[in-house]
Parts: sequence; structure tokens; C-alpha cells
Amino acid sequence: MNTMDIVTVTNLSKHYGDFIAVNGISFSIRRGEIFGFLGPNGAGKTTTINMMIGLARPSSGSILIDGIDGVKNVKKAQSIMGIVPDESNLYDEMDGFENLCFCGALYGMRKATRETRAKELLEQFGLTQAGKRPFKAYSKGMRRKLTIAAGIIHKPEMLFLDEPTTGIDVESARQIRQLLLELKQGGTTVFITTHYIEDAERICDKIAFIAGGSIVASGTVPELMESVSHGHTIRLAADTDLEPFAEELQAHFSGCTVETGTDHAVTLISEKRIALSPVLQYLDGQGISVFEAKELRPSLEDVFVKVTGIEAAKLKKEKEKGGVAK
Amino acid sequence: MKTWIAFWNILKKDIQNYYLKPPNISWGIIFPLSWTLMQMIRSSGGMNLSDIREMLPGLMAMSVLFGTTSMLAVTITFERKGRSFDRLLLAPISLDIMVAAKLSGAILFGFFNAFVPVIFAAFFADLSGINWGAVLLAVFLIAVTSTLLGLMIAVSAKEVFEAQTFSNFFRFPMLFLCGLFLPISSLPIFLRPLSYLLPLTYGTDLLSGSILGTSILSSVLCVLLLLAFTAALFIFCQYNIRKKWIL
Repeated sequence: MNTMDIVTVTNLSKHYGDFIAVNGISFSIRRGEIFGFLGPNGAGKTTTINMMIGLARPSSGSILIDGIDGVKNVKKAQSIMGIVPDESNLYDEMDGFENLCFCGALYGMRKATRETRAKELLEQFGLTQAGKRPFKAYSKGMRRKLTIAAGIIHKPEMLFLDEPTTGIDVESARQIRQLLLELKQGGTTVFITTHYIEDAERICDKIAFIAGGSIVASGTVPELMESVSHGHTIRLAADTDLEPFAEELQAHFSGCTVETGTDHAVTLISEKRIALSPVLQYLDGQGISVFEAKELRPSLEDVFVKVTGIEAAKLKKEKEKGGVAK
Repeated sequence: MKTWIAFWNILKKDIQNYYLKPPNISWGIIFPLSWTLMQMIRSSGGMNLSDIREMLPGLMAMSVLFGTTSMLAVTITFERKGRSFDRLLLAPISLDIMVAAKLSGAILFGFFNAFVPVIFAAFFADLSGINWGAVLLAVFLIAVTSTLLGLMIAVSAKEVFEAQTFSNFFRFPMLFLCGLFLPISSLPIFLRPLSYLLPLTYGTDLLSGSILGTSILSSVLCVLLLLAFTAALFIFCQYNIRKKWIL
């Protein structure tokens, strides 16, 4: 185990009878980073997180959390974890403040400490007024925020969040992303599962894609994008239709493939980086004014589609099922 | 210390959220009172309040049995269904401590239920000569074994209605087999071994001995057998919890 790693998962598997939910996955998480675990519904994300937090027993493999064996010594490992499940699991009968205090007490926090911390968190999450209302009267976004507050009341070193922005409004989702970045700045390591690729792209330092119970790709966002990027792509838009010039362009700039598109645009694709100035000079010489030149990079969604084989349309459908965030 | 903070707060939360809610308080009072009145009417064809002492062991045992099994089975199933129970499973305290905190609330509830008929009886009958130390011990042991039966149901049930159905499946046969309504000696011979497999039989006998001075078995034997039932049920529940709550 690297001393920088707070989590090391090795050959982790979970079988339910003949069904393999998680199939021998391995990954590590560095201290203080936000690690995104992405995959479609049913890919094995929740099973993996449940094994890591001690709600499910692995069929095989090991989990090491801050040097603690997370399989044999679950309770010790849980003492440094904060856990935010995919569905709010606080007590409907209790108000926001009481819920936070109760969660603090579960981690052995003394009365005065947990009450001070609960007030701080209610203020931080903009729930001071709502703190006296029963949890059952909270909106979905407020419920999610209070559940996150409950997960961090004891200032855990490692925070696990299962689908934190699913089904909540745009503003609440933005606030949650901001909070995760603040937690990271404060030194908390965050493990987040999501099927919102944009969330992961915005906040994660490292990402693993899971599909069919196996990790199909992992790395930093630039590393993953590099894996689907084939050279350099530039899109040029001009004041006149560039289609008649496509063949000439391709002949003039050997090594480039030129594709024509709509709106008087062409796309130049090359294995090597394309120097823009000669292209612009050439087109200027042809009497064409280029008013936009843009480098096209693959998105994380392109990576996801490539490595999982799941079409963007299906992803969109899952997002719509998941809620209204974004 | 941290463990006890968690233990106490789980117990306090259960008492505030469930046991001290008006429907449960009224249920805890009305149910034993109804049984008392029903037994009185049935026993003499009219209101004979002095007979109430004779009925106390049965009424107390029933009140504990119904109070503990209903509450624990339903509250745990309710929390599991709403997933708030996961929060307890994820707390850094041992499963045994967490379960003990849940059990304690139900035991206390059963304990107080048991004394509703006693308070009622105190107004109408002479309760002198009762061995209160033995009564307290008996009520405590009945409450513990009944609560563990409730836990056994809670571990198996997924829905609240399932918990209620399972509870009745256990409770009503127990009432007729443990000597509350009919003496065990008057039961058909093939049913008698079943009576001796029920913890309530020994609890009721212990209560009869301490309140009425009449019992089938010795008090020491009853206590030992109830302790054995407690240990066996606890181990069985512990095994089932590890198997069914941590998948």
C-alpha cells in the first residue's frame, strides 16, 4: 500500500448465488482526493460502496481503509468514515437539529460538542430555520443536504456519497458540488458514486468506470480523455461554405483529414498537433475569413460511451429517471 | 465512553420516538385494562373485584408479552423499511451494543406495561404478602425473553404487516399453551411438551409463585430456565442478524 493511499481495494468480488454483482475490482484512493465511481444503474456501484462501508460482506478480496482491514475490522474502519446513502435515511419524526445531534451521538460525540457542531452545519447548509422542523417536512434538496450534514458531523477523514445529486434541483446540486470541493480543501477524502458524468468531470480528481461489475477504465480526467482522443481536432467556421475547399485543404496539409460539416464549417483531424497559423493564412489567401477556430476535445461522456458501450441516449434516459439535476 | 453515549442515545431516541407516543402509551394502558376487565367478567359471571389477585400473574405476563413483541418487531421493521436502521448498522459501535440498546427500550416498555394491572388491582384487592422482589425478577425475565422473540421476528420480517402477522403467530398459541388460561395439566397430553418449550410458561409460573404462592416448578428452576432461554434466543438472534442484516 502506498502511504499516500487512504483506500486500497484489491480483487473485491460480491456474488449473490450465481449472480456476480462485483467481479474482482481493484483500485486505490489517494488521501485528500475526490474519487468518482461511475457507471450505469445496476453496474455494481452501490454494492461496491456497501462493501466498503460495511453494509455488505465481500465474497472475496480485501479493503484497506487508512491501514484498517475494512472486512475484518469493520467497526474500527467505520469510525473514520462519513456515509451519505443514495436515499436520505434520517428520522422523519425528529427535527433537523435532533437528527444531526443523534448522528453525532452515534459516533460518541459529547452533548455540547455535537450541539455546537449541529448548529454550525445547519448554518453552513442554509438550514438554520428548517432545523426546528421535522425531517418529514423537508423538500428533497433539503433532505439531501441534511443527510450530507449528518454524514460529516463527526468530521470524518473519508466521506462516502452514493448518488448525492440524483433527483434534486439544480441549485442544491451546485451547492453540494461546492461543498465537496470545500471538504477536499479541508483534507477530507471523498468517494462518490454517480451516473452524472458532468458531476464527475467537474469535481473528481480520479475516476473509475464500472460496468457489469468490472472496472473498465480508471484514471484522472485528462488521462481518460487521452485514452479516446485520436490526435488533434480543430473545427473552423467561416463566412462562406468551406465544403468546396475541403479536398484542397487535405491536399495542402498532408497528414490531416478534413471533414465538412454544417454552418460553413470544416473539421481538421490529425495524429499530430495542427499549427493553426498556416491553415488560417492559406484560407485567407483563398479569400475566406475564418471567424472561429476551436479545438475539439473528447468529453468524459465520450470516454464513458467508449469504455462501457452504453449509448448516450440510454445514459440520458437514466438521468431522466434519476431526477432533475443538471 | 463513546459506546455508552451511542447506547444511551439510541435508547433515548426509541423511547421518545416510539414508546412515549400517545398511541403507544394509551395502548400500554388500555390493553392490560381490557384484559383485566374481560377476565373478571368471564371468571365469575359478574364483577368480583376481589378475584383480581388470582388473575394478576396471567394479566401481567400477557401485558409484557404483547407490549414487548409488538413494539420491537414493528419499530425495527419500520426503521429497516425506511432505511434509518442502516444508520445504526453503520455506527462504529458493535452490533451487540446497538441491538442491546434497541432491546432495552422494549424491555422497559414491557416492564411498565406489566404494572398497569397491578396498579389497577391495588385499588380493589389486598396485595399484601406478595414477594415483590420475585415479581420484579419474573417480569424482567419475561420482558427479556419476549423482547428477544420480538427481535427474532424483526430479523425475519421485511414489512411491518409481516412483523405483526409473525408476532400473532407466536403469541396466541403461547397464551393457550403456557398455563395462563388453562392449567398445563388439563391440556391434551401431546401438547404438554410444547408448553414446556415456551419461556412464558416459566415466567407465568414464577409470577404465580410470587403472587399467589402456587407454582408447578421451583422458582430457582424457572429463573435458570428463563436465563437459558434468554441466552439461546440471544445467540440465535445474533446469528440471524449477522446473516440477514449484513448481506
